[in-house]
Amino acid sequence: MNRKELKDRTMKRIDNKTALDLLKTADLLDLGEQADNIRKDLHPEGRVTFVVDRNINYTNVCINKCTFCAFYREAGHPEAYVLSDDEVFGKIDETLALGGTQILIQGGLHPELGLDYYTGLLKAIKERYTINVHGFSPPEISYLARKHDLTVRETLLVLRHAGLDSIPGGGAEILSDRVREILSPKKIKSSEWLKVMEEAHRIGMRTTATMMFGSVETPEDIIAHLDALRSLQDRTGGFTAFIPWSFQPGNTELNRQAAAKKRNAKIHPATAVDYLKVLALSRIYLDNIRNVQASWVTQGLKLAQVALRFGANDFGSTMIEENVVRAAGVSYTVSKEDIVEAIKGAGFTAAQRDTYYRIIHFF
Amino acid sequence: MLAAIRHKVLSGTRLTEADALALFRSDDLFAIGRLASHVAEKQNGRHACFIVNRHINPTNICVNRCKFCAFSRSKGEEGAFELTLEEILAKLADASKAKPRITEVHIVGGLHPEWPFEHYLDMISAVRKNHPSLAIKAFTAVEIDYMAKISGLGIEDILRELKKSGLDFMPGGGAEIFAEGIRNRLCPEKISGDRWIEVMEAAHRTGIKTNATMLYGHQEGIEDRVEHLLRLRELQDRTGGFQAFIPLAYHPKNTEIGGFYSSGIDDLKTIAVSRLVLDNFPHIKAYWIMLGEKVSQTALLFGADDVDGTIIEEKITHMAGAMTGEGMTRDDLVHLIRKAGKIPVERDAFYNHLKVYDY
Repeated sequence: MNRKELKDRTMKRIDNKTALDLLKTADLLDLGEQADNIRKDLHPEGRVTFVVDRNINYTNVCINKCTFCAFYREAGHPEAYVLSDDEVFGKIDETLALGGTQILIQGGLHPELGLDYYTGLLKAIKERYTINVHGFSPPEISYLARKHDLTVRETLLVLRHAGLDSIPGGGAEILSDRVREILSPKKIKSSEWLKVMEEAHRIGMRTTATMMFGSVETPEDIIAHLDALRSLQDRTGGFTAFIPWSFQPGNTELNRQAAAKKRNAKIHPATAVDYLKVLALSRIYLDNIRNVQASWVTQGLKLAQVALRFGANDFGSTMIEENVVRAAGVSYTVSKEDIVEAIKGAGFTAAQRDTYYRIIHFF
Repeated sequence: MLAAIRHKVLSGTRLTEADALALFRSDDLFAIGRLASHVAEKQNGRHACFIVNRHINPTNICVNRCKFCAFSRSKGEEGAFELTLEEILAKLADASKAKPRITEVHIVGGLHPEWPFEHYLDMISAVRKNHPSLAIKAFTAVEIDYMAKISGLGIEDILRELKKSGLDFMPGGGAEIFAEGIRNRLCPEKISGDRWIEVMEAAHRTGIKTNATMLYGHQEGIEDRVEHLLRLRELQDRTGGFQAFIPLAYHPKNTEIGGFYSSGIDDLKTIAVSRLVLDNFPHIKAYWIMLGEKVSQTALLFGADDVDGTIIEEKITHMAGAMTGEGMTRDDLVHLIRKAGKIPVERDAFYNHLKVYDY
């Protein structure tokens, strides 16, 4: 597809066939330029936002044992942990001291933590702090619902009543059950992930959506994922942002399996060109999701800056603490100042935002 | 403006200083990238090169104190090191036993206050004697000038002696940025831009091919960058001795001037503008150690046709906060290039193709 044709065919909503064609054959610069134009139309003010928040991983104990994950431990493992309330409060104090407005609470599916633990923690946080609690991805919500024989909607209502504000888009991985069977056979299926998000949107909660690519998926799987998100967003409008990131193979079972099959074989992580292509296509395809995040956590600051010209308009979070990607061997240490400078260096004004993409502070 | 430049590039007309400035000032990253890519393909097809090589830094003890450098130490200072000839040979012996075999060694270091010129000759001779077929790429113009100073010999004599001992090729380091004002602020003790050019011209006349570099992203303006590129182009017109141009992105950690990393967007644009302005340079290298493997790969779509090599052990950039690993495997490099849609080519030091991965 040449540049003119690409431009013409992406003027309005693209269908899956076109999307697949673009992902497989489009020239990266043509695709990037079109994504950049769409980003400029949606965000003409030349501003790139970020949120100051902290990941709080309340436990690493998880029954799912996904093959792409280097973070989880089995119960009883010497490195298994559950944070105490005081540890969580300490982390929130630090977050607020650094100008933070949000905490991202996520963890493993711990077999012994019931709804009481969650509501207790949420209430304790809300009694003490004014901070947005962005927490519990769909696998955690769904696990709690099943454990207590509640509907997803009932579970969400209980959590929201206790203080949960919004829901992160994690656990989506690739919304294709064929891929999930390989990556995370015990994790909720695609339809369940989408259902949790739809229910959350229906009771007025906003969520993000993610996609982890670069493992064992095909281009068709990526399009199916985007299709599912776009259709749901058409029905609810509840997604604030889309965040694509790439699978990090270090220390994961998936990588060990590959090595075992073929001596010295390893999974190559998605390259920069793959990332930029998926990012640009996502910006073009998801015409109903306003914000697309660059993932400096998986791509590094320099490529994240480049991503701002390939469709992204948000730099995600300052990540005062990040444990999950770091467990897979990737760690970029970055301060708020680094993020602001990176955004300015890329030619944009930098602005701190809240969970709902309202600007709090310009730099 | 860009349309006029595009027309010039497509018709093979040389770009002017004003054109180069306009390219740096333009925000049209995609048009610039496409144009640079067009030129790169015209020169090198869809090939993108890498080399199986090893870096060796014989010492970080240096009489200069460049303010952008986190590598240099004074003698006796904590972290100072100097390798003996045996240690250098041992590093090389390990590297040449490993598979794939290295085809090039890259040797650069500080200006050691006590080593006589003969020590450098001994170093090169010893490497040559032990590795007859290994290409020896060694010593920047700054080191050559220093050898002339400590020995009382002329540059041409120094170069001839080194060549006789086995030196094949010279790297392009030490160019930094030629513009006098900024150069005096960054590295007051280092040789001037004029002297760098003079040494390179002498090397080319002696039959030694070299690379050229430019350190950017610190305190220079785009006028300084353009002046730098035009001076290189002018010398290349006279000698034809440059093989590759390598823009080097400044790294701020542990340096005296500090500041920030250059942006990935600036890195890509600088690669592209270099490709367009340096019409007489056969190769533009996106040095992965400095750009990071991700930007380096992306740069292959912005006019670069080389990513450098396996390297194995890199110290200079890492001491200034490089976020890359110190080495990459051949398999990694092939994968990186292939996923950029280019044909990976393993080259030797002289850009002869050793293996084309065209399957």
